[in-house]
Amino acid sequence: MILNAFLLAVREIRRNLMRSILTMLGIIIGVAAVITMVTLGNGATAQVAAEISSLGSNLLMVRPGQRMGPGRDSSGAKSFKIEDADAISKEIASIVAVAPTASASVTAVYGNENWSTTVVGSNNDYFITGNWELAEGRKFTAAELKAGKTSCVIGNTVAKELLGSNEDVLGKKLRLGSFSCQVIGLLQPKGQSMMGNDQDDTIIMPIKTVQRRLTGNQDIRMIRISVKPDINTDVVNRAITLLLRDRRHLSDNEKNDFMVMDTREITNTLTGTTRVMTMLLGAVAAVSLIVGGIGIMNIMLVSVTERTREIGIRMAIGALEKEVLLQFLVEAVVLSSLGGLIGIILALIASSVGSILMGVPFTLNYGIITLAFVFSAIVGVVFGYFPARNAARLNPIDALRHE
Amino acid sequence: MSSDNAASVADVPLIEFRDVEKTYGKGTSEFKALKGVNFQINEGEFVAIMGPSGSGKSTVMNALGCLDTPTAGSYLFQGIRVESLSRDQRALLRRNYLGFVFQGFNLLARTSALENVELPLLYRGMNRHERHAAARKSLALVGLEGWENHAPGELSGGQQQRVAIARALVTSPKVLLADEPTGNLDTARSKEIMELLSQLNSDLGITVLMVTHEAEMAAYANRLIHFVDGKVEQDFYQEPTS
Repeated sequence: MILNAFLLAVREIRRNLMRSILTMLGIIIGVAAVITMVTLGNGATAQVAAEISSLGSNLLMVRPGQRMGPGRDSSGAKSFKIEDADAISKEIASIVAVAPTASASVTAVYGNENWSTTVVGSNNDYFITGNWELAEGRKFTAAELKAGKTSCVIGNTVAKELLGSNEDVLGKKLRLGSFSCQVIGLLQPKGQSMMGNDQDDTIIMPIKTVQRRLTGNQDIRMIRISVKPDINTDVVNRAITLLLRDRRHLSDNEKNDFMVMDTREITNTLTGTTRVMTMLLGAVAAVSLIVGGIGIMNIMLVSVTERTREIGIRMAIGALEKEVLLQFLVEAVVLSSLGGLIGIILALIASSVGSILMGVPFTLNYGIITLAFVFSAIVGVVFGYFPARNAARLNPIDALRHE
Repeated sequence: MSSDNAASVADVPLIEFRDVEKTYGKGTSEFKALKGVNFQINEGEFVAIMGPSGSGKSTVMNALGCLDTPTAGSYLFQGIRVESLSRDQRALLRRNYLGFVFQGFNLLARTSALENVELPLLYRGMNRHERHAAARKSLALVGLEGWENHAPGELSGGQQQRVAIARALVTSPKVLLADEPTGNLDTARSKEIMELLSQLNSDLGITVLMVTHEAEMAAYANRLIHFVDGKVEQDFYQEPTS
């Protein structure tokens, strides 16, 4: 009987092709909008997550003071010393790398070219915590680190601005203010960070060199710590906090005068934001899906009135009440599901084009496609039932007489 | 219906009306369309139901077609009391035993003759092949071979009525109910349709019940029931014209 009703419904849709397409339009747009929004939103979320993980995954950053950003008040908070970093690497388990950093802004000169950039002083662990790979050359030797030699590893932007792109960079000497340094390595380019700054605009040197020749003190701006991938960073975070409180002689009622940031938390916050945006857009699109359903109900109601006589004929011929009901219901469901299918195809096209235009990865979410399709079919059932019941309850004599 | 055995079918008339009354409306607007109608119709008869408008002949037709139930009295179809059947049971009775032909043809627009004729078979769960074969056979029977793929809009009035008759016949009904089948046709087409009906009656043995107000058409029947004011005024057998 279902098969029969399906057959009748398809025949009816074909008979009124134009009207059927217009009826489906609401559902088509609704489904396409929902899937496109969610797919592009998921792509954006994935991209944000990927960008953050390029900072270094399972990364903890420790810095003095409690506030970050401009106007930070670090006058009251003691800076870290190199011993704090050593203590962390010695006493905390489950960590891969500890990189104390000190940094300064400099103008680097080579020949006639000069370029303002940031020099970061650290150790070889810095390359691990920052997910840096070397394109050419080598990292620092133990002797270079210990003696504070003027060797440097430079970022792609610095190399391009000062040395030109096709020159051999290794062995070149850059002048930084009062001293010059020899290039021993070139970093693999990483591109822009999420915040929009150029990650490749950097020079890395041994921390002792930077402290002695640029900052002029023993302070450490930040300690970057990489935690083993399968370890919960919260546990490590707590251990570091306890260790540093102890080393800074903070009593129990004193607040931390330093901050431990977890990139995982930053990731969660940022991806959470895009996820909320995705849900919001999806919800707006879902409203259009419901409006599309109401459109189907309208057309089905008109169709029942228009086809009253036809319903009368079917009843005279011997159609049962439930057969008439089923016919109209199946017709509505077929219309809405067909609309859903077309919407899915449109959404796939729109979101693949959109992801190229927006430069986000195209992540196909089968869940939302299934959901949108099922929802469009349900819309057909819900909004098709009322008109179908009206049709089935017609009195055959009145229906036959209907003009 | 299936409970009937051969013996009871033999002595029970195909159709029997016992003191059938039908009242429309309530209170002051009450209108008695049928005021105690009695008749029996046997298998194989060709009955013309006549009468002026308002005499109750359409009401009788609706009752005969199991589209409506009497207010009082009893309608027995092969001994079964139709008024005691549910809406769905009456639909099944129509599906299995009755064929309808209407004054306005009542074909589905923008639907080929073949699809119109096979419509009743769709409700019988027949497969596509059987349906098409039966519909073609039925169309051939009414002389419309070669017109299977024409929509009603492309057919003349007489041809449309033939499609409607083919649709009524496709289920091999016991009774063909025709409500003013020639009302929308000119004289020549009307004659053709009446000849077709009497041929179906004599050759296939289908019982034909026809409502008409034209004496010319009624002349094709072998029995005439005349209604006046909700009652049977005359009921007699006659020698049909053709």
